[in-house]
Amino acid sequence: MATEHSKSAARIMIAPAVFLLLVWMLIPLCMTLYFSFADYRPMRGVFDAWIGFDNYVRFVSSSSFLSSVGTTLWMVGGILAITITGGILLALLLDQPMFGQGIVRILVIAPFFVMPTVSALVWKNMFFNVDNGLFSYFYKFFGMQPYDFLSQSPLLSIVIIVAWQWLPFATLIMLTAVQSLSSEQLEAAEIDGAPPLARFWYIILPHLSRAITVVILIQTIFLLSIFAEIFVTTNGAFGTRTLTYLVYQRVLESQNIGLGSAGGIVAVILANIIAIFLMRIVGKNIDN
Amino acid sequence: MARAISPRKKLMWTALAWGFGLLIFFPILWTFLTSFKAESTAISDPPVWFFFDWTVQNYHDVLERSNYPLALMNSIIIAVGSTLLGIVIAVPAAWAMAFVPGDRTKDVLLWMLSTKMLPAVGVLYPLVLIAKYFGVMDSRLLLVVVLMLINLPIIVWMLYTYFREIPGEILEASRMDGASLKNEILYVLTPMALPGIASTILLNVILAWNEAFWTILLTTVDAAPLTKFIASFSAPEGLFYAKLSAASIMAIAPILIMGWFSQKQLVRGLTFGAVK
Amino acid sequence: MGRITLEKVQKKFGEVEVIPPLDLTIEDGEFVVFVGPSGCGKSTLLRLIAGLEDVTGGEIRIDGQPATNLPPAKRGLAMVFQSYALYPHMSVRKNIAFPLKMANMPVEEQNRRIETAAKALNLTDYLDRRPGQLSGGQRQRVAIGRAIVREPSAFLFDEPLSNLDAALRVGMRLEISELHKKLETTMIYVTHDQVEAMTMADKIVVLRAGHIEQVGTPLELYHTPRNLFVAGFIGSPKMNIIGGETAARHDAMHIGIRPEHMDIVESGGSFVGKVGVAEHLGSDTFFHVHLAEMDEPMTVRATGEVGLRYGDTIHLTPQADKIHRFDKKGLRIA
Repeated sequence: MATEHSKSAARIMIAPAVFLLLVWMLIPLCMTLYFSFADYRPMRGVFDAWIGFDNYVRFVSSSSFLSSVGTTLWMVGGILAITITGGILLALLLDQPMFGQGIVRILVIAPFFVMPTVSALVWKNMFFNVDNGLFSYFYKFFGMQPYDFLSQSPLLSIVIIVAWQWLPFATLIMLTAVQSLSSEQLEAAEIDGAPPLARFWYIILPHLSRAITVVILIQTIFLLSIFAEIFVTTNGAFGTRTLTYLVYQRVLESQNIGLGSAGGIVAVILANIIAIFLMRIVGKNIDN
Repeated sequence: MARAISPRKKLMWTALAWGFGLLIFFPILWTFLTSFKAESTAISDPPVWFFFDWTVQNYHDVLERSNYPLALMNSIIIAVGSTLLGIVIAVPAAWAMAFVPGDRTKDVLLWMLSTKMLPAVGVLYPLVLIAKYFGVMDSRLLLVVVLMLINLPIIVWMLYTYFREIPGEILEASRMDGASLKNEILYVLTPMALPGIASTILLNVILAWNEAFWTILLTTVDAAPLTKFIASFSAPEGLFYAKLSAASIMAIAPILIMGWFSQKQLVRGLTFGAVK
Repeated sequence: MGRITLEKVQKKFGEVEVIPPLDLTIEDGEFVVFVGPSGCGKSTLLRLIAGLEDVTGGEIRIDGQPATNLPPAKRGLAMVFQSYALYPHMSVRKNIAFPLKMANMPVEEQNRRIETAAKALNLTDYLDRRPGQLSGGQRQRVAIGRAIVREPSAFLFDEPLSNLDAALRVGMRLEISELHKKLETTMIYVTHDQVEAMTMADKIVVLRAGHIEQVGTPLELYHTPRNLFVAGFIGSPKMNIIGGETAARHDAMHIGIRPEHMDIVESGGSFVGKVGVAEHLGSDTFFHVHLAEMDEPMTVRATGEVGLRYGDTIHLTPQADKIHRFDKKGLRIA
């Protein structure tokens, strides 16, 4: 549906957005790339523009890098496991006939709209706090010793907080996918004699596979850059330092720009590997 | 065809769903209740649920802390400003991609989305440096621009998917009817896409409101929005649960309400159309 | 008025040539139908005339004036789209008024024309409704109304009836034909349905893969199809095409016999076969006859009721002067 006239108009219309994003992506990224090859520690007045791959070698071979990758994997993996299992179950539950479905839906979705600093602080103080938190009260009620979540299981605590925030997202997407499954398919399976569990396993789950993939990819991208929740709860202590947080500390706290930039580039590369898979799925969808 | 469901079964599902729903919602409910308690009641052992002396004192206290109204104002300006700026830039781009697709349209769109996946820490220091160079650290302008840029791909994407639902034939009809490009966009496209544009604005205001990386790291006081303001409660002194709750409720209430209206768009906006 | 000429008009999408250079003249006041299977380029050709696509080469003239590079708005043509393309956010009145408003016509004149069009199309009671509240047929009439108020030099229809159900389609077909008789304005109508083409057109243009296969009046195409493609495309049910020895006996590569030109005889006809499925339409009966020399069943029309049953042996003889002969290239042998 295009004539030369409309094509040239289109180019002009699209230019500002492309230009801005290009600048936004290229300039800071090139600067980070440049710093990553430099020994740059502004607090000590050190600047050596070229030290080769030293920063990369130091960053990748340091024990904090390995442990941060481990922490990141545990955190992302744990959150994904909880949100996906929970999301599927909740979606199936919400798809059942019931009274007040709309209200339940609203209740379930709510945590997604709570800003990260609020949810982190509310959980940290009002639930996890060993003296006054609600969980401690429950422990005492059942005659047990209160458990100091944030200092004894800090990683688990953060996983709980973030999983609580992202469970609605997973649920909502799974629900959309569940609802797009034709009831005729399920009825056909029922007539063919498939019990509920078989129907779930052979029909519902395969139907959800695409949604599950999408949830995994999108959440991973967002979860890799979890920041505020760690920032206000543990500040990276007690084995909660993820790759993102490590880079943040290197850059802004210890002001070792070269090392931090090398870490930043490593993070960009890791994120891109996941992004490629997501892009493939999205790309296929644009065509149809 | 819907089958008749036995009332017992329906009641059972209702109870189960409401149970889980309330469980998930509970932290917000608890925060809401606590925000109306006196500080001493907020930490009483055993906890009190509904029967306490309800008070709005905490809201008064928080509002009177000079920083709260400023943070609220900053949040509004940053969230709304970045979204509107993004819309102005994205509408023409989305029009072009939806109605005059070329060989590279798909690549451009995917490339735009890929910028969204760039980890923020990868560009943290350069951005701080650039902000300092232009003297805009801790300014609303900086946050408006940065949040506009990180959400621009989503805005373009959402508008694109909405525009694509408008049949091209209608725009062609307007062209046959003698409408210029300006009139075509003004009288035909925009009114038809209005619901889509509104949903896009809604979702992006929410995303910008809750953004908690750049807003925390690029601001100190002057431009600090609610995310940063709330974070300052992380090292408090004395009793503060009730005040924290009041501040939290005020920070999330408007967005919670907007969010409930935008559930459907949420799936669309955040999955880039990969789930329908 | 509305004489449209195409000279060596060509369209390529990238490297793909959708329409090879093509010449065509549409006379003022003619009702011309572009017909062909899907993907034959008929809609593209219409869009080239409308100005919604650029031509890759060649010249389009409207009333002698070069129009090749004019934007759609300046060509003085009106178009009715397959999806009707009504503006869903505007009332029927505003839909019809839109082209007039774009032309900055005085409001009184706008209203006068809207009232006239609405009356002609039975839309007067619906002027304040939105398109979403109308039936398919009413939407179609609004789209036509929007086209006629401009008093264009020609109307372009892009498969306008394909979204309507069968009964409505027949009615709209008549309405559009009536409209043409009344307005006497050039109409170019695109369809894949040869029945629409046959019933409405003054002149039919049969297209295949961007090529014009034949141009002519409906009866010309029916009686003297220029080649096998046109022979098979025009006419319902389809013409029976027979090759092999049978055709060779007529000095042709293929011969074609329409179902209505095949007589059932008691014995000894040119063809002997077994009766297959019969379709009883009341007035006519169509038999599918399985012949030893053909893979496909042959279709035969019998008038009224005939006492033949499934599996019966049948003898057939074509009407000698109604046999179409085609050569190796598929072209008609005169």
